[in-house]
Amino acid sequence: MISKHKDYDDIPGTYVFDGRRSRMGYQLNKMCMSLNSADNRKELAADEDAYCDKYKLTPEQKEAVLRRDWLRMLQLGGNIYYIFKLASLTGDTMQHAGAQQTGMTVEEFRAMLLAAGDENNG
Amino acid sequence: MAEIIAGLTTSHIPAIGNAIAKGLQEEPYWKPFFDGYVPAREWLAEVKPDVAIVVYNDHGLNFFLDAIPTFAIGAAEQYENSDEGWGLATVPPVPGDPDFSWHIIESLVNEEFDITICQEMLVDHGLIVPLSLMWTPEPSWPVKVIPVAVNTVQYPQPTAARCYKLGQALGRAINSYEEDTKVAIFGTGGMSHQLQGERAGFINKKFDLAFMEKFVENPEELAKISLTELMREAGSEGVELIMWMVMRGAMTQKVKMRHSHYHVPVSNTGAGLLVLENAA
Repeated sequence: MISKHKDYDDIPGTYVFDGRRSRMGYQLNKMCMSLNSADNRKELAADEDAYCDKYKLTPEQKEAVLRRDWLRMLQLGGNIYYIFKLASLTGDTMQHAGAQQTGMTVEEFRAMLLAAGDENNG
Repeated sequence: MAEIIAGLTTSHIPAIGNAIAKGLQEEPYWKPFFDGYVPAREWLAEVKPDVAIVVYNDHGLNFFLDAIPTFAIGAAEQYENSDEGWGLATVPPVPGDPDFSWHIIESLVNEEFDITICQEMLVDHGLIVPLSLMWTPEPSWPVKVIPVAVNTVQYPQPTAARCYKLGQALGRAINSYEEDTKVAIFGTGGMSHQLQGERAGFINKKFDLAFMEKFVENPEELAKISLTELMREAGSEGVELIMWMVMRGAMTQKVKMRHSHYHVPVSNTGAGLLVLENAA
């Protein structure tokens, strides 16, 4: 018997991409997977609303996509590797996404990463 | 007979591929990272492996959530790189070694590993970045490749213990191949990093350094780590370290460490490089 309570649920600030999230986010991730094609990226850029509808996103998922709200997308079943394909449309880096998710500026987020390499850290 | 002449670990993050494509190796941010690879490149240029077996994961180029194989092995004449939607430059196709691939697949399936067999397979940055770190396609790659794709994207991923056992079986498969073939085997991904959630940017240097040490000296102990502990200590995306265990399982229990390098951060990641040789 696989328990509904997961022993990773208490890892702070982490959305483990398990079956629950994969089912919830299937259409969102499928839409993002389609962005491997340059033609599809153009189609999305031309009318994001219509493109989301084409992939049958829920209203909440669509809103999260339109706002590039990474945390919300994760909460609605997005997987970071798939949803990050959206970032190439705006040229955002993983540091932009990280800054937004942690409520920092990009400079603060980069400084935090650099600090992880300091001799005295860890 | 085939023989493993080198075991390597390396991170495979896309930012490294971007830096190579843009020639940023001498930039202050990148230089300490790329300098660590010089001894590995020089040594590989000297020993000249014929085949690189690259244990990596697909991040949404060849596989989607409709069907995620836990373990998949390429058996193609060549492997194309393609648009991942992440704005990465693509590289020339990589030649395969289908005879060797089929030998490995047959051997692993006989040992009760259920392998997905891929006669067409696009390879993403997970495989391309490690290759690009070690060799330059001028204009073609100097090694053939056998891609071994491990699911690290969709939980539940295979456990570290399972990956280690797969590696042991992979080692036996390699050693039983009759063609004279020098093999370099790569465990890629990691080390600690987390791209998602309020904990994005999490890096655990202390864990990474301990992992590297145990990886060389006492892999059986390391193989006991659970997925949850890996995610907790190495970050949600740090779970990629299970792929290092495949490489380590294929090597002899005792190994000689030729080179070791750790640098943090590369983009959002702690980056570890090991160059190992079988001992006796």
